[in-house]
Amino acid sequence: MNLSRLGAMARKEWIQLRRDPRSMVLAFVLPLFMVVFFSYAISWDLDNIPVGVVDEDRTPESRALVERFTASGYFRIVATPERPGDAEQLLIGGGAQAVLHIPPGFARELSRGRRAAVQFLLDGSDANSATVALTYADALAAGFTTAAHVPAPPLTVSSRVWYNETLRSRNMIVPGLIAVIMSIIAAMLTALTIAREWERGTMEQLAATPVGRAEVVLGKLVPYLLIGLLDVAMVAAVGVAVLGVPFRGNLVVLFGLTTLFLLGALGLGIFISATIKSQVLATQVAMVVTYLPALLLSGFMFAIANMPPALRAATWLVPARYFVSVTRSLFLKGTGPLELWPQALAMAVFASAGIGLAIRAFRKEIG
Amino acid sequence: MIEAEALSKSFGKFLAVDQVSFAVDRGEIFGFLGPNGAGKTTTIKMLTGLLQPSSGRGRVAGLDLATAGVAIRHQLGYMSQRFSLYPDLTVAENISLFAGLYGVTGTRLAERRAWVLEMAGLTDKGNRLTAELSLGWKQRLALGCAVLHEPSVLFLDEPTSGVDPLSRRQFWALINQLSSGGTTVMVSTHFLEEAEYCHRVALMNRGRLIALDRPGALRAAMREPILTLASDNAPRAVAAVRGQAGILDVSLFGRAVHVVVREEAEGRRVIAAALAAAGLASGVPERVAASLEDVFVALVRREGGAVAG
Repeated sequence: MNLSRLGAMARKEWIQLRRDPRSMVLAFVLPLFMVVFFSYAISWDLDNIPVGVVDEDRTPESRALVERFTASGYFRIVATPERPGDAEQLLIGGGAQAVLHIPPGFARELSRGRRAAVQFLLDGSDANSATVALTYADALAAGFTTAAHVPAPPLTVSSRVWYNETLRSRNMIVPGLIAVIMSIIAAMLTALTIAREWERGTMEQLAATPVGRAEVVLGKLVPYLLIGLLDVAMVAAVGVAVLGVPFRGNLVVLFGLTTLFLLGALGLGIFISATIKSQVLATQVAMVVTYLPALLLSGFMFAIANMPPALRAATWLVPARYFVSVTRSLFLKGTGPLELWPQALAMAVFASAGIGLAIRAFRKEIG
Repeated sequence: MIEAEALSKSFGKFLAVDQVSFAVDRGEIFGFLGPNGAGKTTTIKMLTGLLQPSSGRGRVAGLDLATAGVAIRHQLGYMSQRFSLYPDLTVAENISLFAGLYGVTGTRLAERRAWVLEMAGLTDKGNRLTAELSLGWKQRLALGCAVLHEPSVLFLDEPTSGVDPLSRRQFWALINQLSSGGTTVMVSTHFLEEAEYCHRVALMNRGRLIALDRPGALRAAMREPILTLASDNAPRAVAAVRGQAGILDVSLFGRAVHVVVREEAEGRRVIAAALAAAGLASGVPERVAASLEDVFVALVRREGGAVAG
């Protein structure tokens, strides 16, 4: 390994990268687009849930309960039918996602200090939203109970959410998104690089020089690593400054672990490029092997703990999985480097495997 | 400086290079001729270490191909058939890249850079993108990048294909200059007239070396007389004469027809009769000296093969 040859390769790659509009768009426009798009498009938060209210009690107490629902901001009353039978019609017609039914005698039961039941009907066809709406309704009802000075059940759970106190899903999406975006960008950028040399015939001239395989691969890797780090800085800055996501960790730890992750992802891209030798095909393969696993199996979208065992096992092989957990920990929890060593170790393994494979796959022999 | 010993390369069942042996001396310009697909490029790729020979041995600058590894690349310069500098780098950036890869640094780099720019006629175009240069300039730049590290052996694979005649002549002047400076040059071409610039030429056909000598000696070795005739319908004349008794070969040379005959007087009679029978006007055929192309065609015929490509 000769550092000046590696440097010559890296410089050349950097110049080419700067002059290639396609790579520049991929490197700088796509990540920004993705973080803005995803953070607005994906949200598990609900507010203004359309709700129908059937108040058969018509007392100050029942109106107070309804008032509590609307004042929370989570619910918005779209209809107030007279008869309970109309409630179902509201759910079927799609006008409301839930119906609050207060039966007659609600206030009477309350005043006698007895349990007063209200019915909350939910449209379960969108299970996620229904679950969230139910949680809100439960919380509101519990608050009402306390306010009404009705004796509370002997056991109460008083819950408090840490790290993402407001349970904003964006706070969880943006850090995870950094990992997903970088998986895709890193592999796509480098997928082009060796295939392009084969297609243009420049590989042949390169092969006749004393430059070694490791020098070519690492020389190509360096500029992309810098771009990747720049991307993470950019996306993180947008997340914090524009999207209001907290960052509680240590920047040095973030960039250290990002480097580890990027080495693996870039190595994978070079490996694909060196194996396939066609720019178009290599980009497609890079997209498929990084995008779907990073999106679906990294814990970004779906909790790994809830997956069936076979899929859960498969997630161990998805490097993004470790990086998602790193970015979430750093942004939201402010986890220190000592707690992140298992992820760091896993990413180091992937980095050595990626680079090792890339060097092995890269043959200088011309067919 | 270059030695090939029974060098062979097969791709599957196809034998691309078949037991080729030759030796090239220091400072020699060694021409490698033959039609496309004759195995020239494959032989050069084996000698530059880009392809592993299937069998046989090769030595370049005293180093054995099989054992020397990367060391051999410091000794040789290579220019591939296809233009393969980086089009999206400027002239100066391409030079810097290859200087870096060959380990040319410091004052030597400044000196070599100036030499390459001057040699290629690009002194005031260092900041131009390589893609914008004309093909002649590109080829000279590629040659410059291939000799930045002053290799003792230079391999040029069809360096002048697609280049206009003037650029081609300039290019050969550069090759001559390098050779007189002591660089050994092995150059392949399918322009047979370029062979005249070489000290010695090797003819390849279908993977085999079929002749190897000085261009003059090759021409002199051609015993059969060659008659040329002008005709306003050359293709028909070729058809009329071909296959007649005593006619060894007929080929088109531009608008003229070259006829290789067994014996001159007999040939003249046969040609006149054949043209008359076909109703074609005939002038008096002229005896011409053999060109390398004639030699090549005759040699291929003697091998019992058709000229490929």
